[in-house]
Amino acid sequence: MSIRRQACIAGAYEHPTRKAPDKTVAQLHAEVARGALADAGLALSDVDGYFCAGDAPGLGANSMADYLGLKLRHVDTTDTGGSAYLLHVAHAAQAIALGKCRVALITLAGRPRSEGSSGVAPRIVGAGTPDVPWEMPYGPVTVNNYALAAARHMHEFGTTSEQLAWVKVAAAAHAQHNPRAMLRDPVTVDDVLGSPMIADPLHKLDCCVVSDGGGALVVVHPDIAKSLQRPVVNLLGAGEAIKGTLGGQVDLTWSAAAFSGPAAFAEAGVKPADIQYASIYDSFTISVLIALEDLGFCAKGEGGRFVADGNLISGTGRLPFNTDGGGLCNNHPANRGGMTKVIEAVRQLRGEAHPAVQVKNCGLALAHGMGGLLGSRHGSATLIMERG
Amino acid sequence: MSTPYQDRPLGSVVVDTSTEAYWAAAREGVLKLRRCTACQQAHWYPRPVCPFCQGDTEWEGTQGQGEIYSVSVTRRAGPIPYALAYVRLDEGVTLLTNIVDCDLDQLRIGQRVKLCFKPDDGGQPVPMFTPA
Repeated sequence: MSIRRQACIAGAYEHPTRKAPDKTVAQLHAEVARGALADAGLALSDVDGYFCAGDAPGLGANSMADYLGLKLRHVDTTDTGGSAYLLHVAHAAQAIALGKCRVALITLAGRPRSEGSSGVAPRIVGAGTPDVPWEMPYGPVTVNNYALAAARHMHEFGTTSEQLAWVKVAAAAHAQHNPRAMLRDPVTVDDVLGSPMIADPLHKLDCCVVSDGGGALVVVHPDIAKSLQRPVVNLLGAGEAIKGTLGGQVDLTWSAAAFSGPAAFAEAGVKPADIQYASIYDSFTISVLIALEDLGFCAKGEGGRFVADGNLISGTGRLPFNTDGGGLCNNHPANRGGMTKVIEAVRQLRGEAHPAVQVKNCGLALAHGMGGLLGSRHGSATLIMERG
Repeated sequence: MSTPYQDRPLGSVVVDTSTEAYWAAAREGVLKLRRCTACQQAHWYPRPVCPFCQGDTEWEGTQGQGEIYSVSVTRRAGPIPYALAYVRLDEGVTLLTNIVDCDLDQLRIGQRVKLCFKPDDGGQPVPMFTPA
């Protein structure tokens, strides 16, 4: 059984806030749920499936379903970190194809900016997490974990800091057109290289923003999508995979996208060269570079050359990416960037991206997420979507 | 450029049934790993059930020698810079660690390193590595 054209994304909403000291996380979930349902033209009472991850307060979906006022016959709280919402879209499509629900709501929200979280502090993990005793004494935080992957990629393939900087330059070129982006100023390669070194070889401008906010999606049966006023976005294929430390056979040159990507392309029946727009998880510049290789947009080791010279910039580059400015410039709500990746892909397929970055006749798009830590344990998910 | 190693507070290590023997060995100056009694493969981090074949595993000492697989000098996660690294032991497993007692800016992937120890907040020796 395939999800190919078995479900559609009918509603998408990105919360406009980037700093919300006066709102609770639950309130932000409610506001994005309302926004996505209004975008779809559906009501709360239409929702019969609900998906949320670890950013949702409470036990699983219990608290949020109660808070939002949902009556459900299907629920899924899969959590792979920032990629969870892409898995939720895929799982919603599976549930819809099986008749388990007809209208699935997915919400994400968080306030790491107001709460003082950042990539240079250890994240709180649950008691009993088996890897913690062996790693925590050494000071692994988010940024140095990704830095280890970047350093190894440079060593094996000759990737340079200048090439990594091009990922940020492209994101900034897009963000200047997004009035809600946290960072709207265009930047140059030299700006990135001249920003403070956080963890070799990653500079400050190689890192995503920390922002409050959230987003929501509504995934529906195709019959419902056809009855609505919004452009139809079909799901064509999806893949998911988890990579860890491989029993100590550590290899930092690839991510779980090496499995989630081919699975999504096989289900969709399309090739990387067919993709007109790509949302690529950009927690750090290296996240993008390695994902592009693993997804098959270029050969392993060629990511640096692929992203250089503006190749990711809409209108001039071969693969327009993250036209909202991405996590690097626009928004990385709850330190989880997967939701906004899907939302911008939906905007592109509807023709509703900013005119300066809209891909002409965008009919086929990919969204990719990587949650957790590139250099140790992460979950990747890839979605391929088409304009209906 | 030069970034001399400085001691940094390590916090307190987690002592439980999965780590007790490991920390006891460290107090004797030994870095231990676990090897499967069924498939004979060593793995990291140590687990009682083999992640390759689900066999039982047992502790085994290492020679404490290896090379840097990757390294990052972390400069903005606190007042003291430190080198986070993956070191591939000669026994064939790669572990997360710190490289210490050297100029951090001179560290290179592929460099040979040897075992040393730094105390946690309670004086428990924590395995680390320094250039060989």
